[in-house]
Amino acid sequence: MNRITARRRHPLARYAVLLLALGLLGFSYTLVAPTGERADAAIASGRADDVAEGKKLFQQSCASCHGLSAEGIEGRGPTLVGVGAAAVDFQVSSGRMPLATLTAQAPRKKPAPWVNEDTIRQLGAYVQSLGGGPTVPAAEQVDPAKGNKAKGGELFRANCIQCHNFVGAGGALTQGKYAPELTEATPTQIYEAMITGPQAMPVFNDSIITPEQKRDMIAYVIGLQHEPNPGGAGLGRIGPVTEGLVLWVVGISLLVLAAIWITAKKRQAQ
Amino acid sequence: MSLTSVPKPISGPSSYLDDRIGAGNFLKRNLRKVFPDHWSFLLGEIALYSFIVLLLTGTFLTFFFKPSMEHVIYDGSYDALKGVGMSAAYASTLEISFDVRGGLLMRQMHHWAALLFIAGMMVHMLRVFFTGAYRKPRELNWIIGVIMLSLALFEGLTGYSLPDDLLSGAGLRITEGVAISLPLVGTWITFFLFGGEYPGEDIIARFYSLHILLIPGVLLALISAHMILMWVQKHTQMPGKGRTNNNVVGAPFYPAFMAKAGAYFMFTFGVIALLGTFAQINPIWLFGPYTPADISAGSQPDYYMGFLEGSLRLMPAWEINVLGFTLPLSVIIPALVPLGIVMTGLALYPFIEQWVTGDRREHHVADRPRNNPHRTAIGMAGITFYGLLWLLGANDEISWTFHVSLNWTTYVGRVLVFVGPVITYIVTYRICLGLQRSDAAVIGHGVESGVIKRLPHGEYIEVHVPPAEDIEAHMRGKEPIPVVSGADTEPNGIPPKGLRGPIGKLKAKMSKAYGGEKIPLDDGHGHGPAHDDAGEHAAVGATDDKSITH
Amino acid sequence: MTDNMKDIEQPDERVPKRVVGTPSPSASTALLGREENTGTVDVPGVDLQDEKTAKKGERIAALLFTVTFLSGIAFIVSYVAFQVGDVESAKLSNMTLGGSLTLALLSLASGLVVWVRMVMPKYKLVQERHAMASDGETRAYVGETFLQGAAESGITKRPLLRRTLLAAAAPLGLAPLVLLRDLGPSYSDFPEKLRHTVWGEKTKEGKHRKLVVEGTGAPIRAADFNSPGGILSVVPEGYEHDLNALAKATLILIKFRPEELKSGTNLNWTHEGIVAYSKICTHVGCPAALYEQTTHHILCPCHQSTFDAADGAKVVFGPAARPLPQLPIAVDEEGYLVATGDFNVPVGPSFWERGDAEAEVRENGSQS
Repeated sequence: MNRITARRRHPLARYAVLLLALGLLGFSYTLVAPTGERADAAIASGRADDVAEGKKLFQQSCASCHGLSAEGIEGRGPTLVGVGAAAVDFQVSSGRMPLATLTAQAPRKKPAPWVNEDTIRQLGAYVQSLGGGPTVPAAEQVDPAKGNKAKGGELFRANCIQCHNFVGAGGALTQGKYAPELTEATPTQIYEAMITGPQAMPVFNDSIITPEQKRDMIAYVIGLQHEPNPGGAGLGRIGPVTEGLVLWVVGISLLVLAAIWITAKKRQAQ
Repeated sequence: MSLTSVPKPISGPSSYLDDRIGAGNFLKRNLRKVFPDHWSFLLGEIALYSFIVLLLTGTFLTFFFKPSMEHVIYDGSYDALKGVGMSAAYASTLEISFDVRGGLLMRQMHHWAALLFIAGMMVHMLRVFFTGAYRKPRELNWIIGVIMLSLALFEGLTGYSLPDDLLSGAGLRITEGVAISLPLVGTWITFFLFGGEYPGEDIIARFYSLHILLIPGVLLALISAHMILMWVQKHTQMPGKGRTNNNVVGAPFYPAFMAKAGAYFMFTFGVIALLGTFAQINPIWLFGPYTPADISAGSQPDYYMGFLEGSLRLMPAWEINVLGFTLPLSVIIPALVPLGIVMTGLALYPFIEQWVTGDRREHHVADRPRNNPHRTAIGMAGITFYGLLWLLGANDEISWTFHVSLNWTTYVGRVLVFVGPVITYIVTYRICLGLQRSDAAVIGHGVESGVIKRLPHGEYIEVHVPPAEDIEAHMRGKEPIPVVSGADTEPNGIPPKGLRGPIGKLKAKMSKAYGGEKIPLDDGHGHGPAHDDAGEHAAVGATDDKSITH
Repeated sequence: MTDNMKDIEQPDERVPKRVVGTPSPSASTALLGREENTGTVDVPGVDLQDEKTAKKGERIAALLFTVTFLSGIAFIVSYVAFQVGDVESAKLSNMTLGGSLTLALLSLASGLVVWVRMVMPKYKLVQERHAMASDGETRAYVGETFLQGAAESGITKRPLLRRTLLAAAAPLGLAPLVLLRDLGPSYSDFPEKLRHTVWGEKTKEGKHRKLVVEGTGAPIRAADFNSPGGILSVVPEGYEHDLNALAKATLILIKFRPEELKSGTNLNWTHEGIVAYSKICTHVGCPAALYEQTTHHILCPCHQSTFDAADGAKVVFGPAARPLPQLPIAVDEEGYLVATGDFNVPVGPSFWERGDAEAEVRENGSQS
């Protein structure tokens, strides 16, 4: 006890306490929150009805924007009939849904605390039950190790880079919208984005770009994520804009300093 | 002084040379040539040394690069492109990057040196502009400089197109789109440049010979001329103690300046190597081979072309069709007008200034920028104009990074590009006058010494002491800007011959505004030209006056 | 301009003489040991360093030069030691080669600066400038000589000589220009080339040309391209890798819900809500292909021209002056999408001879 008393005035102490409190809060929330409880119960019972559980989840967390039976609410959220489980998995696992605030576009963020594999599966099952739609791909279907990077690269350049950039660094669209960077996207999310066309993104269905071709593209994108920059710092890999900035900020500044050093005079007291 | 005993290994070859080319006379005159010292006088050397690095690294690259658009299937060591169809040029660039030791380093150093080459020219040119070092007798060297800058832009364009990657291909496509939009000759120019329809199979080879032979050859000749003229005319110097229009004060070429120049070469080379090692540039393997069917978000040209990109982006959609011919103003205007304003403006400025001031004298002492406020303000307005276009050439990256609407960056840019330079002009002009006033205060009243003194009647004052000799000399280097004689004729008087008629009147007006002494150095007591804040200055001056102690 | 001349030291002719030579051969450390020799002579404007500073400078510079020496060796060692052949090893090679080179160059540079600043004297030499212009006498002499030479050569007096020489030069001067002709293609009806794309050609079998997916080359069954909000980059069958053809013929294919299409789109040229537009921007020719399925806007990433794909790809923002041309498409007997004809206006950037092709099409009525 004495040690704690002695250290409680340590500059870091307040952060430690804050973190502890937040952690406790989060932990108790997951215990108390009905979603977590039920999900746990469902799994425990082993005969969970995913659709029913998903419906409850939906009504708690999604219905305020998408309507009580996912029919959509004008000006708030679109209908989810027919978007399929893949859309649910993409939006919820990437933290885009539930939306925090209404903006031009839902940003990628840390998923809500109730989100886990089971809750996503349940929500997905519910939405799938409303009107079908694309389903979540199997792990093997999106395994980057099974794809051909080079072929995927060709398709990626033909269909994706105009918005997401050569290296998946993202890019601006009109009126504040943007194509997000792909640096954190998981193979499953990439696949789901292509088949569901989230937000402004167009759809690339499986009958035109086959699942194998999609796996090639995934292999390329995941390869990019892990590829080191052989030439030094990547400078965001976005090309001339940052290169120009580095040249002026680093290159010219260093040389001006060198020039000053070379020509500097010590003022002589005369 | 036992100077007769020159060591044999030196005296041998040197007398051999002297016997044959009379090198002694030349060296006698030039070994001790004096070079003035100022950090800003080294900026041009950045460009010179970058050029040398470009020649060295570029030669290395030519040993491995294949300037051919022949279609090949890649089978090198970069996995993500294996089996992909591409041009031989692109494949050989990949080979340089991944299969030649030091190839990546040389490629990156070459590209960084190219960026530095142009940046060096730009900062050097700005230094020359703001100090008025382009004035007689150096106008010719200034023109050579402007030509070199234009050539360097073209050299850069032909260079970064060579790897035939998807990014540079976008630049090439835009170049083609601009060229074909030119009235009357557009289609001819493009079909001749590309040997037929875009992209054809010739452009890389053609750009290659332009890039490695023709343009560098011309540049080399112009650089030599530039250096010879500099040598013959001697360098300008900043105003200062003992420095006049008729002398040069500084260090001798041999040994001091030579060593300094050598050191600066090594610095330039070293900074290029530093960037080439630690900052990845133009990673073409990530961009993929060129095809006119694809493009990436955020495709940008190298920074020196950014202002053209920006002006193309800002332009509203104007197009005129007359008598079955098309004039795509939304391409021609942004492609030609800003470039024309900047380059022509630069080239003509020395002559326009001469015309306005009527100043035909030789100038060897550089102006301090504040002492020619209109010139400085015009220069800053130009920089703002150029800089805004440059910035807006990256408006998609700005929009993406700061999450603002892409469309609004354009709307704001359209206004800013006109308003910005005007504001900058006014602000710069006021700042220059303010700095002149502070100089006048230093000359007139001395500098604060930090010593507080109590006067017999109880008032506390800070003791002012005269400025150090060299600082005073630096400030006293100021010269009134000449005005065309007769420009200040009375309104009803008869102006001299050259100032009659509308152009003459304009000249007289401009001359009066541009020239003259706005804030006289030795007259900081408020009865100078009637500027609005002169009264306030006089008040401050009154207190200062009592306190000055000698 | 200051006319404060009193404190300018004027070195005379002694200066160059003093330096042409080097210190006496007896001093083996000649370059760094200037002070020990004859440098004590007091030349105005040459302010020698005191021995202590010089000695310190010598040591620092020597240390830096040694670093350069070692880095140079490190460079050679890295070249031999680190092979390349993939991304990882290229990174390592670049880092070691570049790092040693950087260190070598920067320490050499620093060593030189230390040498100049700490070992060499401080200089304040003054040299006279002379006006650039030659004196009047010289100018007169040159002018006279020039005229005299011209007269001697006879070029002023003998017009025949002069005129034939000028005439002789003219064709020779034009010769190189003539040689440039073959830079361009043999035909000269360039604008005609720009008016057509390969979509106008039928296949060898005399059929309409199929639309195929860029990157895979697979033909597209209309029934498969069935997700509203879908988009595809499309190239002509048989020209998948012909860059010249692609520069004009690349398409974007977009699937709409039929009710989304507006009057600007030629519905006769669509197939069940599938519309094909030229991908080549009408501004300066970048492939315009950023498609937002929510707004139906096509954005060109180069200069941000924005087109409304639901409404005939008319321009809604940016510098492009004309809509993206629409390609007439249909399905063949197997259900694949084909082009039933060429674009009715030239695709891509405007050019002088283009004219208002859109207006002509409107006047000539509906030939669709």
